[in-house]
Parts: sequence; C-alpha cells; structure tokens
Amino acid sequence: MNAELDELYQQVLLDHAKRPRNFGEIAEGAVHVHGDNPSCGDEIHLHVRFGEDRGVEEIKFTGHGCAISLASASLMTMKLRGRTAAEATALATALRELVTTEVAEPTAALGDLRVLGGVRKFPQRVKCAMLPWRAFEQAQAGNAGSGRVSTEA
Amino acid sequence: MHAPAPRSIDWAALRADFPILQQEIRGRPLIYFDNAASTQRPRAVLDALRHFDEHDHANVHRGLHELSSRATDAYEGARQKVARFIGAANAEEIVFTRGTTEAINLVANSWGAKFLKAGDVILLTELEHHSNLVPWQLLAERTGARLRFVPVRVEDGTLELEQLGALLTPEVKLFAFTHISNGIGTINPVAELCRAARAVGAVSLVDAAQSAGHLPLDVQQIGCDFLAFSGHKMCAPTGTGVLYGRAEILEQMPPWHGGGEMIVSVTLEKSTFKTPPHRFEAGTPNISGAVGLAAAIDYLEQIGRDRIFAHDRALTEHAQVQLAGIPGVQVLGPREERGALVSFVMESAHPHDLTTFADQQGLALRGGHHCNQPLMRKLKLPGTTRASFYFYNTHAEVDAMMEILRAAQRYFG
Ligand SMILES: Cc1ncc(COP(=O)(O)O)c(C=O)c1O
Repeated sequence: MNAELDELYQQVLLDHAKRPRNFGEIAEGAVHVHGDNPSCGDEIHLHVRFGEDRGVEEIKFTGHGCAISLASASLMTMKLRGRTAAEATALATALRELVTTEVAEPTAALGDLRVLGGVRKFPQRVKCAMLPWRAFEQAQAGNAGSGRVSTEA
Repeated sequence: MHAPAPRSIDWAALRADFPILQQEIRGRPLIYFDNAASTQRPRAVLDALRHFDEHDHANVHRGLHELSSRATDAYEGARQKVARFIGAANAEEIVFTRGTTEAINLVANSWGAKFLKAGDVILLTELEHHSNLVPWQLLAERTGARLRFVPVRVEDGTLELEQLGALLTPEVKLFAFTHISNGIGTINPVAELCRAARAVGAVSLVDAAQSAGHLPLDVQQIGCDFLAFSGHKMCAPTGTGVLYGRAEILEQMPPWHGGGEMIVSVTLEKSTFKTPPHRFEAGTPNISGAVGLAAAIDYLEQIGRDRIFAHDRALTEHAQVQLAGIPGVQVLGPREERGALVSFVMESAHPHDLTTFADQQGLALRGGHHCNQPLMRKLKLPGTTRASFYFYNTHAEVDAMMEILRAAQRYFG
C-alpha cells in the first residue's frame, strides 16, 4: 500500500489485534480500570494484580476497539507482567515518548512495543495507542477497587 | 417549491465549480465522502463572500451610511431568500443562528423555559443527533419535564411509528425529530409526524440539517412549528444556520440572549424587545455568512433540489448495491427511502482503521458514532464507517471507494 500505512499496521501489530494475548479477566485481588475512547467507541477493561511492592503480578484485559488500541493493550500486558513498579512506570513513559515525539532511537527496553512507533505519523490515532497505558497508569495510581479513564476527559 | 430548470444538468461541470475538489491527497485524487459532516463551497459562494467583504461590509441596522444600508439589505435579503427556500409564509419567521445546534438550543431555552413545566413530556426519537438530544436533556433537568423516545427498529433503522399513538399522550408538549438520520440515512415522514403532534396539541420541531440542501423543503406542507438547519451542510459557510418558527409561536417566545440589535428601548432597569426575528438575534450577526448562505441558495436552486435528490439517490443506490457484493460488509439503515449516505460495518476492519486506510488513498470517510451514541448503542455497534454524498460526487468515485474497501479487507482480513 504505502510506507506510512505499513509502518502503522506492521504485521506484529495486526497479529496482536486479531489474536490479543492476555485477553480475559482476573478473578480476584485485581484493580479494575475501565478506559474508553468515546470518540470512536473503543473500550478496554484492564485488570491488574499488584504485588506487595506494587510490581505487576498479573495483568489482563477485555474490551473492543480498533487494531491499534487492541494491539497496544495486548503488547502492553505481555510487556508489563512481572515488572517492578519502577520498570512499569519507565515503560509507560518511554511508550508515550515513542508515540508522541520524534525519537531517533527508541529505548531498547520497549522491545516489541516499538511497532507502535508508526502511530506518530497519525496524530488522531495516538490516543488509541495510549488508551491501555492510561488505564494502566490509573490502575497504578489507584489502590484497589475500580477506576475510569477516558481519552476525552 | 421550485419548478425544475428546463435544461439538463452537466454534473461534471458543476463539480468544476468547487476549487477544493480539484486536488490530490497523497498523490491520489481527493474523493470527498464526508458531506454529511460538512459540504464544500462552490466558487459562486466564495466569490459572493469576497465581493461583500471587498465592497459592502459594515454593521447592520445601525449606521445611517451607505455601507450599512448595503449590508443591511444584503442581510435582510438573505433572510427573504431563506424564507422562499423553505416555503415560509414570511421572512419574519426566519431567525439566523450559528447552525442547527444553536437553533435547537434557542427553542429549548426560549420556548422551553416559558412553556414547559414539571411533568410535561418532550418526545424525541432514538435516531437523534446529539444536538437534538442534549439541549432537551438540559431543559428537562431545569424544568422537571421528562424525555420520551420513539424507538428505532434495529433491522432497518426506521422508527416504530406504530407506537406513536401510545407515545403521543396529552402530556407531550413538544415532538422533535430529525428529517434524515445523519448516522444511518433514515428519512422520516415528517409531515405525518407533525400532523400527529398537532393532533395532541404538541409543538413540532424538525431537524433538517441533513435534508435542507438535499431535497425540496416546504415548511407549510410539512406543517412543522419549528425547523432547523445549518448552512455548512448545503454549500454555505460555517457559522450560518436557520431557525424557522411559525409566526404565532415565535411571537410568544421570550428573548434568550440579551444585547444590542434585539431591543427597542433600554433603561438601566429594564428593556423592551423587538419583534421576531430580531428579538432572537442579539449582537452583531454573521453578516457575511448570511450573504454566503444566500449565494448557496441561489446556486442550489439553479440546479434544483429535486434533481440533487435524484442524483444523490442514484449514487447511494449504486453504493448500496456495490457494498452488498462485498462479503463481510453490512449496510445499516433502510434499504429504500434513505438520504445520501451509506453507513456500514466491515467484519475485518474497525471503522477507525478503515478510515485511516482510506485516508491514505485520498478517500475521506467518517468512522465512529457520528454524534449518535444512543443509536449506536441500540444497534449494538461501537460505530460505523460512513460515506456521505453530494451532487458533485460521481459514480466513478463510488467505484474507486469499493476498490479501496476491498483492498482494506485484504489488508486487515
Ligand atoms: C441530523 C443533524 N442534526 C444536527 C446537526 C448539528 O449541526 P451543526 O453542528 O451544524 O449545528 C447535524 C450535523 O452534524 C446533523 O447531522
């Protein structure tokens, strides 16, 4: 098709959108955040169980949305499980930088998440990529129970 | 209603009147299929605006100088033109607004504040654009009135009119509904709905945002009390719009905005107000916008809205037939009677991925809920992809869209 489109919709991204990993709920002891993007109807229910030191013990999601938000959520859950609180925060920051600013060399720690870099050329789609991460940050900030984030808030 | 011009229409020549359409997006000819959101403006309108700004601009109804009289004549001339355009009995029934949204808010704030009380019912439909829903929610909150809705049939997007009798009880004081659904294209039988409203003593309001530039409209034939539309959806500039209100009703309505232009005399404590329509137009209006709206009306009437409707109908029909041939694509809304748009979902691609993909090929579609969140919820869809047409669009463009949709299906499938 064209290069920018192919950079946005890389095979890895399309694969995660079609077969999202860690799709499901966590039965017990998880923080639940409902994130939505009212302008396009995307919704994500993020479940995170934090350890005593606030590390990410378990993380899953359900919901529906465009390829970018689904793939971003799927990749995020794979990346975050088992991370310490500090690592998770650093990843969220690096991801935000990746999709919003022109970085010469994306942090290697991002690994697979680097496929989301193509979003940079599509400013209207940045919030699709960020939705799961904003939900995660909300989960980190809240102690227990459930919360909400919205791209329009 | 205007008799169709005798000559046949050269649609390709009309298209050439639109400078903005003569461009490429990322190396591909622009295909503009987002006309339900906003249409483009022909050179005749752009020229009228420029001419006015270069020769005639001044404030209206104020200065006793030449330019002010020219501007006033242009502004009030535009009002008369609008009145003829929609078959209003007189120009005093035409209030200029910023658009459909402001027109509806005017009714909600002015008429609503005076005539609605706790326990009254505002009847709407499940098809409404947020701008014909939210103002009524706000009004209901303020007055204690209740909202009630005519349901939409999920199968074909038409209203369940067989329920109308049960819904239109004597508590209903206002029945507001769209003429054409911007989300799925349903055309409502507006004259019948207005008649039903009148039969129970309810006031009727027609949201004509999607119809005013697309088919012949006559408020007296429709029998509505209010009708609202936006200039930018019919070749006129943004920030222009109209509220038609039947004279007897407008006369009973209090002002909603206070300021200059709308008063007769002002003391420090109290003011008296002009008669409609000026009572509802506080402050300096969008004068050049009205000039542009008048030019747009001239332009559309030269073509004839009956012909525009027939042209767009054929284009929409063509798109419907083509879309039906793509497996995994579902077209929403009625099969027959529909406005100039197709709203659809594709199994393999989310509306936003599809519109991003299309945009890369120079095709402007809209993906999302189209300011119809309750309707989308009812249809159990997060959103749709919409292609909306106008008379400058072509069959070849629809064919090009189909190629792009097929390519998208391969890409995402
Ligand atoms: C049916 C309908 N009603 C109301 C509106 C609101 O029009 P505007 O934004 O011009 O006020 C629109 C336009 O989006 C519409 O399609």
